[in-house]
Amino acid sequence: MDAKLLLEQLFPAGQRVDFDGQYFSGTGQTADGEVAVIGTTDAAAIGVELAFRIAGQVLEIVRSHPRRPILLLVDTQGQRLSRRDELLGINGYMAHLAKCIEVARRAGHRVIGLVYSQAVSGGFLASSMLADTCYALPEAEVRVMNLPAMSRITKIPVERLQDLSQLSPVFAPGVENYLRMGAIAELWQGDLAACLEKALAAAVGHDARRDRGLARQGRLLAGPVAERVRHGGA
Amino acid sequence: MTQSYYEASARERLAAVLDPSSFQEILPPSARVTSPHLRQLDTPAAFDDGIIVGEGRLDGQPVLAAAQEGGFMGGAVGEVHGAKLVGLLERALDTRPTAVLLLVESGGVRLHEANAGLIAVSEVMRAVLAVRGAGIPVIVLDGGQFGCFGGMGIVARLCDTVIISEEGRLGLSGPEVIETTCGVEEFDSRDRALVWRTVGGKHRTLLGEAGELVADATAAFRAAAIRALALTPDLSLEALEREHAALGQRIERFGDCHDAVDIWRALGIEAPERLPLLEAADFNTITAGKRA
Repeated sequence: MDAKLLLEQLFPAGQRVDFDGQYFSGTGQTADGEVAVIGTTDAAAIGVELAFRIAGQVLEIVRSHPRRPILLLVDTQGQRLSRRDELLGINGYMAHLAKCIEVARRAGHRVIGLVYSQAVSGGFLASSMLADTCYALPEAEVRVMNLPAMSRITKIPVERLQDLSQLSPVFAPGVENYLRMGAIAELWQGDLAACLEKALAAAVGHDARRDRGLARQGRLLAGPVAERVRHGGA
Repeated sequence: MTQSYYEASARERLAAVLDPSSFQEILPPSARVTSPHLRQLDTPAAFDDGIIVGEGRLDGQPVLAAAQEGGFMGGAVGEVHGAKLVGLLERALDTRPTAVLLLVESGGVRLHEANAGLIAVSEVMRAVLAVRGAGIPVIVLDGGQFGCFGGMGIVARLCDTVIISEEGRLGLSGPEVIETTCGVEEFDSRDRALVWRTVGGKHRTLLGEAGELVADATAAFRAAAIRALALTPDLSLEALEREHAALGQRIERFGDCHDAVDIWRALGIEAPERLPLLEAADFNTITAGKRA
């Protein structure tokens, strides 16, 4: 979905969002007050400048608008692949963004991620995946890598990967797979404003993704193995 | 006789970095906790899924430690591998050790179980921040053959410090990935000098991405890790604003630099082209006070 159309549907009571290239930020009005919005469009490749800019906006919200909820609407094809980004330490910029989101959470901001178009790899990791809870639209695309590229690197024939992807959510692209594995809490359909208000009202707790993955039978080992290491004898 | 950290296995690194005979593994290979996803793809599994986690002592202090084994799938993170790391970090919230040590060596997410690996890395990220938020420092040691890339490159920078050797590379997209996607003219992954001065430990240290450059020796990593036990995590808004300012300055000062040597020159280092040839001690002396 187009970002402007999405914002109209999320905030029928009104919103003020400024677009600048592939970046946008602003506020939307809900029944419970204002929500801060930060996002990207056009499957943005997240390089050092964009990660830095999003992080700066998160810090600005924490500083100037205590406890205002933050909605991340990041449309990304992943991290920008370039020697310059690596030279400047792009992983440090991604980590900085993740830390800023954590600081917001610790300061009492609700942080909600909504994948409305694409979410890929590093760009997804440092943004929506660090939200308290991440949601998606049904038409969203979520992946690490497409199957032909995966086949080239793993040397496993693409037909084999395609067959197995019918049985297992564990490697193939698809928002349904991330739903089953617990990383996406719910798909938002119909009245998006109502979906947002329900998400804002939901309790914030611990990282519940592995519990959901187990309950939905999409990720059976993550929870039990982590629990065994946490509580087991050395 | 100096033991190379780069050449050592994950188990050898743990044994050499921690106090002698202090390490107690949790879910050791005898527990046979392996990846079911690799089996499904007829790919060999490892009885520890490429990561060793447990408790030990460092300079007499209780610590938790994890070590990734590059010899198994390049230390890549799958569901079990990631869950062991998450469980160890959460154990720190209960047992409150002096620190958690992460002996990283990873190419990032394991593609055979890519979705599980990506989600696991994000759970590791949340867990690292929770441990630091509880006041327990998380210390990264990076000196293995595969370096530290992909999601683990982000994880490393969420921690309190990265102790690195020149051989220990740190980044997000590995040179091979960039070359394959963007062409050899963007990044020639076989030009080893270019790779090391771009993502190697010396440049990471000068940028401020790593906290300390050490020689490729297990004893040097151990000594630096002991020094790092004194760190106090700071996830305050003020700390993040300082980091933000520093990262903004980095783009302003070095955003137009074409090569690491240009950045080193801009830092005021004389004859920067000689840096790759220097031993760690000489490098640290010459660059003291000139890091970004």
